[in-house]
Amino acid sequence: MTVDFWLQMALADAERRGLPALKPLLEGLARSTRALRESDLNDRADVPRSSPAQGRSA
Amino acid sequence: MTISEFNRKLRAGETSAGAITDECLRRIEADNPRLNAFIHVMDQVRQDARDADADLAAGRDHGPLHGVPISVKDIIDVRGVPTTAASRVREGHVAAADAPSVTLLRRAGAIIIGKTNLHEFAFGTTNEDSAYGPARNPHDPSRSPGGSSGGSAASVASGMSLATLGTDTGGSIRIPAALCGIVGLKPTYGEVSADGVVPLSRTLDHIGPLTQDVTDAWLLYHALVGRPITRQLSAAPASSLRLAVPRRYFCDLLDDDVKASFERALDQIRRAGARVDVVDIKHADLIGPIYLHIVLSDAVAYHAATLDSMPERYTEPVRTRLEMGRSILAEDYVRALNGRETLRREVDAALSGRDALVMPSVPIPAPPIGATQIRVGSQEEPVRNLTLRLTQLFDLTGHPAISLPMAPTPAGLPCGFQLAGARGQTNALLEAALAVEHTLRN
Repeated sequence: MTVDFWLQMALADAERRGLPALKPLLEGLARSTRALRESDLNDRADVPRSSPAQGRSA
Repeated sequence: MTISEFNRKLRAGETSAGAITDECLRRIEADNPRLNAFIHVMDQVRQDARDADADLAAGRDHGPLHGVPISVKDIIDVRGVPTTAASRVREGHVAAADAPSVTLLRRAGAIIIGKTNLHEFAFGTTNEDSAYGPARNPHDPSRSPGGSSGGSAASVASGMSLATLGTDTGGSIRIPAALCGIVGLKPTYGEVSADGVVPLSRTLDHIGPLTQDVTDAWLLYHALVGRPITRQLSAAPASSLRLAVPRRYFCDLLDDDVKASFERALDQIRRAGARVDVVDIKHADLIGPIYLHIVLSDAVAYHAATLDSMPERYTEPVRTRLEMGRSILAEDYVRALNGRETLRREVDAALSGRDALVMPSVPIPAPPIGATQIRVGSQEEPVRNLTLRLTQLFDLTGHPAISLPMAPTPAGLPCGFQLAGARGQTNALLEAALAVEHTLRN
């Protein structure tokens, strides 16, 4: 699930539950989630574990 | 008065547990209406003090905290009284037993004087969202004492107690210690039992003391880990200290006065002969995102049932932030857990061959109560993000960290100098902190 699609669903859920104050917080959380996903910390199924692309530090 | 000074005077017959307890109670009566530091003052505290004096007179010295009035953050169980967590959600709760940390303090002779105010469920850094109203900063009551252990810090900074027991999940001991001008110690993760403490995040929660100086923090630390004191704390020679500043990220966003105070402190430490290197935490920019995904997921798991059954009992800001946790996907939580391991390795590497990493504790002085954004340089930043920015890394990684006072701002607001040491080496961190404290005082 992309962050954009996730955010769309989370905002709709906040609306449905009558929590409008949650919406700006979810937008901030989406920025954090995007940063986490776009970082070089994540393992990928198509990249060997020893690859420098994983960015694992000593 | 510090605990060390009290100990000396007590054993010299110059004061008593009754006298210091009366003095603390007098200050609570005078200042608590203004500072709102205490939620509950223990009914039996005067009797406990009389018992402590009688024990000492009979030769029963319970140790380094004998007769010392200590306050406890009201998220930690003290038998027979409510643990409110500063929330109406906890109405009707009474603790059946002391938390192990409180038991250990009592075993070392401490007198529990009362329970202190906090940010509701420890989920905030200003102490503004509390069912009992905001605690206020003794240095300027129009400002926040920091949080979440804000009432605890205010109680020590104003002399209502000689020390206090707090919790630190993202900085909740070190932030209020810095903003109130006292010492706050977060030991290594797991060293002090978190049983009997209302959790915010079971994988991030740390228990530790807030005190007037480093030696007092050391006294409480030993009591909290149940370790007898076999020698006095001695400062490492400042000239032997090997420190490092992670400049990128940790010094990028600082209030001008905090920055000036920190640079002056570094100059003093260098002049005393310490080596101060510059290091880099490669993934420091991800500290906030990693922390957010972990703390929200852990917190909402604990609060899910009451968010459904009694949402109106939470303060609105805390309820809303907790609700955010329900939207986090498992895959992102796992990414955050992986990121946490990377950060832990990076801090271990930065500490290799060094006594401590050093940085300011909080990028800004105490914010005005009600402020949600603060301008730092050309940037407007949320108060919550700013206050957590320099402390939350060491909750994620479990490294021990301590905040101690450095020179205040020209307006007289306290600033904190932070040291973080190797995991499992809290005592060595305290020795380094004592050397820094001596250096900054001279």
